[in-house]
Order: sequence, then structure tokens, then C-alpha cells
Amino acid sequence: MNRSTTDWLQRALLYAVLGFLALVFLLPIYVMVVNSIKPLEEIRGGNLISLPLSATIEPWLQAWSKAQIGVQPTGLRPYFMNSFLMVIPAVLFSTLIGSLNGYVLTQFKMRGATLMFGALLFSVFIPFQIVLIPMAKLLGELGLAGTVKGLVLVHTVYGIGFGTLFFRNFYTAFPHELVKSARMDGAGFFVLYWRLLLPNSLPIIVVNVIWQFTNIWNDFLFGASFSDFSSYPLTVALNNLVSSSTGVKEYNVHFAGAFIAALPTLVVYVVSGKYFVRGLMAGSVKG
Amino acid sequence: MVGACVYGFIAFTIYLSFTTSTLMPQFELAEEIPYYRLFRLSTFALSAKNLCLFSGLYIGLSLLLGMLMAILIDQKIRGETAFRSIFLYPMALSFIVTGTAWKWILDPSIGFERTVHAMGFPNFVFDWIKDGDMAIYCVVIAAVWQTSGFVMALFLAGLRGVDTEVMNAARVDGAKGWRMYWRIVIPQLGPSFISSFVILAHMAIKSYDLVIALTGGGPGRATWLPSVFVYQYTFTRNEMALGAASAVLMLIAVSIVVIPYVRSELRDKAHP
Repeated sequence: MNRSTTDWLQRALLYAVLGFLALVFLLPIYVMVVNSIKPLEEIRGGNLISLPLSATIEPWLQAWSKAQIGVQPTGLRPYFMNSFLMVIPAVLFSTLIGSLNGYVLTQFKMRGATLMFGALLFSVFIPFQIVLIPMAKLLGELGLAGTVKGLVLVHTVYGIGFGTLFFRNFYTAFPHELVKSARMDGAGFFVLYWRLLLPNSLPIIVVNVIWQFTNIWNDFLFGASFSDFSSYPLTVALNNLVSSSTGVKEYNVHFAGAFIAALPTLVVYVVSGKYFVRGLMAGSVKG
Repeated sequence: MVGACVYGFIAFTIYLSFTTSTLMPQFELAEEIPYYRLFRLSTFALSAKNLCLFSGLYIGLSLLLGMLMAILIDQKIRGETAFRSIFLYPMALSFIVTGTAWKWILDPSIGFERTVHAMGFPNFVFDWIKDGDMAIYCVVIAAVWQTSGFVMALFLAGLRGVDTEVMNAARVDGAKGWRMYWRIVIPQLGPSFISSFVILAHMAIKSYDLVIALTGGGPGRATWLPSVFVYQYTFTRNEMALGAASAVLMLIAVSIVVIPYVRSELRDKAHP
């Protein structure tokens, strides 16, 4: 064999391996979609990877508006709404507070700023199991136990760590001369923040919003601990739907439900994957 | 406020872990501290053992697969962006979603086993998820699938930062293909290894959603992890002190991994 043949073989092998891996990675989502439009008998009688013989949207309708999750057969729809009612304010608040924190930490010389930042950085890693009991107690005392508002509070508080991390690293690179000269012109604390820093933070705001949205939407632990039938977020409702042991297991409805729960974050990923990756990296490596 | 909700709450839980709390928090210190009781419990021992097994395999396999994918993608291939997006998309999904999908894929009555039967191999058996000894490996499979794309992204960032001059010099010396990676490139990826390890390790310790969605901790208690233990003892078995104690142990485990990392990050910042 001459050189170019071996080269060609190597390339072919490379693409074959990559293609195989890609198939493996896509398989679960393919299985989810294909089986969510099959009638139940077809799943039971056939296999998971074949295309549907007679496609139907019935499982989707079931999952969306008819499946029994709480006391009423409401489907996932109200929980989908709960998740949005929880995510939107929580993302807004944690972004706002995170950016303020980042601003204070970078633009003002304070004693203990490094220590404070270290404490915040560590807080994004803690296992949240450790705060469950006191948080439950606090929510109970505030009268927010089992409500969507309570979940908003919880997610805001624990979203601040990441928010601060993103904004601090971003503002560290912000030209100090600009801030200094603005301050000489007499700009106060909030004016400076509102007029100068915030308008220039668009990229990091996008990163943070996407990151928080994905995290909070996908949360299960807090949802399972602090909500009840009326305030379940979608992940908890889905898990109840799938693991409820009564009656026939309606796999197609489960797959449809799982896909519904995946859809918002998947859309965000497809539309703005670049920012999502930036969030991932900023949350892990360094600033 | 954050300080209070994080560190104040941690202190509260640590205190609870020394009390007689059962259904509600109590402030009386226990005569025999709950940790002794915790260490004697077979359910806790099982959770801890599962965690060791799970995190070892999960971290090892994710690192391996992630690095492999990064190196493959780094070969100036066509469609790089497409491959990258495909390998990374599971990170955008909830563990509950992927747990549900994998639960039925791994279920012998409708999933993989049955599909292989239908393809003409009626004796094929794959029922790990129903088998108490093997179910934990199902959790490993789903978890590796979910996060190895993330490891790939970290390594890819590392690979792009490798000194090209060193690579060229090595090429002139006749280093080729895999040997070049083994000798020259991989040793330069230390930082990627460390960040991946820290991320994966703390995710492994915190793993909860996936286990719940995939196996519900079962069959029996075969796939309990400390996170499941905390939840069960705190909220359903009314043994709050024990739940708190094991949460504290989880925190300690995470701290061992994370604190050196956070410190080195801060030091880098102080002296750029």
C-alpha cells in the first residue's frame, strides 16, 4: 500500500468512528421522538428503533393535556406553565443581582473581596442536599412552602453564585479608565452601573440568562423538595408520570412527555449553542 | 443574603446532624452522635459503596471518551461544528428527561434487548437495569452519555492551546500519529484533566436526578447513592439527623475535591 492509500484509510476510519459515536449520541433522542408517535401496541410488539407504521399524535395530546399526574388528569400543561413562571423571574433576579455583585466586586476596592468571591465560587459547587432542611424551614416561615414563588426564591438565591462568577470575570476585563473618568465626571454608584456597565454587558448577560435558564428549568431536587401538586415544575411532574405504578405503562406518552420537557432547553441550545458552551466553559475553567 | 442562605444554612445542617431531630428539627444534642448510627447503617454503607463504584467508572469513562472525541474532532475534519453540537447536546437536557429515555431503552421488555431479539438474536440478554448487581452500571452508561461531550469541549479548548511549535518540532523529529499525542500533546493537557476531574467528581457526588428517573434507586435499594439516602431519611423516613449527617459527609467529599481547585483559581487571579 502506498502512502496516499493509508492516509485515505485513516481518514475513512476517523469518519467511521465519529459517525458511529454521533449515532450513539443521537439514539436516545431518536428513540424518544419515534416512539412518541407510535401507538402503544406497536411499541410492545415491535422494537424501539423502527419507524412507526401508523403515526399518531395521540400520545402527545395525552401527555400534554390528559395524562393523570396530580389528582386531576390535566396532563403536563399546567406544570409546563409552572416551570415558566418559576424560570423567568428567577433568571431575571439572579442575573440582576449577579451583575450587581460582579460590579461591586470588581470596581470597588474592598477588604475581603477575594475571600467573598472565593466563598461565592465554592457555593456553586456545594451539594444542595445540605441546604434542604433549613430552606424548607425558611420557606415554611415565609408562607412560601409548596408554591411557585418559593421555588423562584430558592433558584434566585442559588443562581447568584454562578451569576456573580460570570459577571465578575467579565467586568474584570472592563477598561478601568472608563470607569475612573466617569466617576470624575460625578457619576454615582447606580448611574455608573446603569449607564456604563450594564449597556456594555450584553454578551455576558446572554451567557448568564441561557445558563440559568437551562439549570433552573432542568432542576429536580429543589422542585421535588419544595413543591406540591399545584406547584410542581415540569421535571417533577414528568418523573411522577413515568414512575407512577398504577395501570398500564404508556411508553409512548412517557416519551412524548420527556420530549416536551426537553424542548425548551433544546431550542435554546440549537438557537444559541455558542453562548451555552461559553457558559459551560466559564463555569468550569477560569475567567 | 447569599452568605446566609449558603453558609448559614450549612451551619444549621451541621448542627442538626448532631441532634435528635426526627420529623422536625430539634435542638437537643443527641447522646450518641448520629454519625455513629449512620456508619452502622447498611443502607448508608451501600450508598457509599455505590458512590465509589459509580464515580470511579463514571469519571474514568467520561474522561476517556471525552478525550478520544476531542482528539478525533481535532483532526481538521469536515463538519466539525455538527459533530461538536451532537456530542454536547445532552448537557442541555434534564437528567429527568434522559433518565426517562434511558429507562425504557435499557428496559428488557421493550428496549434494547427486545430490539436485538427482533433483529434475529432471540437469546440475547441485557437486563442489567432489573439486576440488583448490575443496575448501577446502567446509571454509569446514562451519566457518561450525558456528560462526556462536556469533557470533550474542555479538552478541545485545551488542545487548541497546545504549543504548535513543540508539535512541529516533534513532527520534524519523526513523531507521528498516536505516538505524538501520547508523548507530546496529552502531557500538555494537565489543566483540562484537572478541570474535567473536578467537574465530574462533584457532579458524581451530587448525582440524584438521574438515579431517581432511571431506577428510582432500585431495584430494591441497589442504586442508592448518598444523595438518595439524604432525601429518603430526611423527608420520607423522618430521620432528619441522619439525613443531615450524610449531607454533611457529602459536603465534605465535595470540599476535598473542590477547595484546592477554588484556591488555585483565586491564586491565579491574584498574580496574573
